[in-house]
Amino acid sequence: MSTLEIRDLQVAVEDKEILRGVNLTVKSGETHAIMGPNGSGKSTLAYAIAGHPKYTITGGQVLLDGADLLELSVDERARAGLFLAMQYPVEVPGVSVSNFLRSAVTAVRGEAPKLREFAKDLKNGMDALSIDPAFAQRNLNEGFSGGEKKRHEILQMELLKPKIAVLDETDSGLDVDALRVVSEGINRFRASGETGVLLITHYTRILRYVKPDFVHVFAGGRIVEAGGPELADKLESEGYEQYTKASA
Amino acid sequence: MGLNEKPLSTLHEKASYDLADFEVPTGREEAWRFTPLSRLKGLHNGEAASSEAVGHVRVDVDAAPEVTVETVGRDDARVGKSFVPGDRVSAQAWNSFEKATVITVPREAVTSKHTVLTLTGSGDGAAYGHIVVKVEPLAEAVIVLDHKGSAVYADNIEFIVGDGANLKVVSLQDWDDDAVHVSHHHAQLAKDATFRSFVVTFGGDLVRLSPSVSYTAPGGDADLSGVYFVDAGQHLEHRLLVDHSQPNCKSNVDYRGALQGQDAHAVWIGDVIIRVEAEGTDTYELNRNLILTDGARADSVPNLEILTGEVAGAGHASASGRLDDEHTFYLQARGIPYDEARRLVVRGFLGQLIEKIQIEEIRERVFGALEAELAR
Repeated sequence: MSTLEIRDLQVAVEDKEILRGVNLTVKSGETHAIMGPNGSGKSTLAYAIAGHPKYTITGGQVLLDGADLLELSVDERARAGLFLAMQYPVEVPGVSVSNFLRSAVTAVRGEAPKLREFAKDLKNGMDALSIDPAFAQRNLNEGFSGGEKKRHEILQMELLKPKIAVLDETDSGLDVDALRVVSEGINRFRASGETGVLLITHYTRILRYVKPDFVHVFAGGRIVEAGGPELADKLESEGYEQYTKASA
Repeated sequence: MGLNEKPLSTLHEKASYDLADFEVPTGREEAWRFTPLSRLKGLHNGEAASSEAVGHVRVDVDAAPEVTVETVGRDDARVGKSFVPGDRVSAQAWNSFEKATVITVPREAVTSKHTVLTLTGSGDGAAYGHIVVKVEPLAEAVIVLDHKGSAVYADNIEFIVGDGANLKVVSLQDWDDDAVHVSHHHAQLAKDATFRSFVVTFGGDLVRLSPSVSYTAPGGDADLSGVYFVDAGQHLEHRLLVDHSQPNCKSNVDYRGALQGQDAHAVWIGDVIIRVEAEGTDTYELNRNLILTDGARADSVPNLEILTGEVAGAGHASASGRLDDEHTFYLQARGIPYDEARRLVVRGFLGQLIEKIQIEEIRERVFGALEAELAR
């Protein structure tokens, strides 16, 4: 049982205040959707929790099972059980997918996986996400299509088995088929009930495949409304306009 | 070729076997402006040659059975046939060497193993060398030049690749920290000849290596690759010149380096000339530098001079940048510690080239040297 607790989080980028006091608690077995218009600070929340150097924490706390994540380096946070599926995974020339995944799994588990076991896990994971096995030998994200990158992010999540996964617009740029494959991956991952998911999205489309327990509306750098899945339906029909007006 | 068609980039140059034809460089010349002359230990101004201190570079050859190895005097007819010195230090080396090593790969011979020349430096003063590798028509050979020890060394190496012949060369500059090495590699390609050069420069205080390629007939194909790793205080300079003077020849240049530490300095000059008569030339040159710390500097100057409108392809690119925060962030976000992330990225960056080395033991050695540099 794990808990991610975000308390009054305030974040700036180059002296510009982006997050203005975010409060949110995500527990194992729960799926929270954060929805909001472009520029509302959704991605900032994701990157600040993961520890991207561009973001400066100006106030608040982020606790994972009581330990302060903000005190940890990026890799320490990941090893503590945090995972961020990125909206724009970067291409890393010369680093093969299989080498990268083995290094990551070794780092997170604290020991190198048995080669045969790892190969089997990797193959099963790739099969489940309809990823061509040849990808294992390719350079990390290099020349991957948008959909391939996102599937590869989900593959990493399934292999690393984090306590809390933050998915930053994993649905953006996906066609319906890719969205279904990716959603199935997320559903497999959360079916264990041992992990919490924070799903950040602009559109309600993915929520038809990945049913959230809680929906939060994000505007102007904070959560402005919270509710159950029905809130997503309301956003579907009414849009974000009332919130952007209110926060402006 | 008329007088008016001489390539601009060669207008200032001269070529001569006579040392007196070259003025002592002052550092203001285009060819010398990046090189710290004070660290050349007199190789450029005659002081090393007139000094009483003596240096040695011993040449040991572990040859493939198909090749002949000879040590010859200055008067041997095969020496100095494929090139004329183009700068002061090259001319100094030409005038000062005593014995040359001549490797001959006989016509149509395909060597059963690679031939290793180990050059080991010792002593206090300067040493000079000359090597000729002659690959006769339709022969194939692999040559490894392994430079080690401590030296103040200037040399010229001639690679003469005959009709339809294939020569692969790996040159390792694995010198001790105090070594000074100024070297010229001249490759002369005959009809349909293939030349593959791979330069690895990790060691030495100052290394200035100038590989050049010329063609005597159509169909030549040259591929020049290089990796270098520059540490604090090191000056590693590579100056490439590919002179396309024949139609339908190819060249490809790809040099990559990583730099770390205060006053680590890399210089890469890539000159490619496509002369009027070199129609159908296909050439590309690339240099990339990865700067890992503050205080390091990379100078990268590609120069492509095209004098004919009829080329098959001609391009160049140069990029020097810092280790990308987004790369390390991505890897760290997957739990990989920073040092390991940095190692993966640098190994990937240079490894794509190092993989081209076909001799497994050399490739593994270069990867090992890279790991050692990254662990510093």
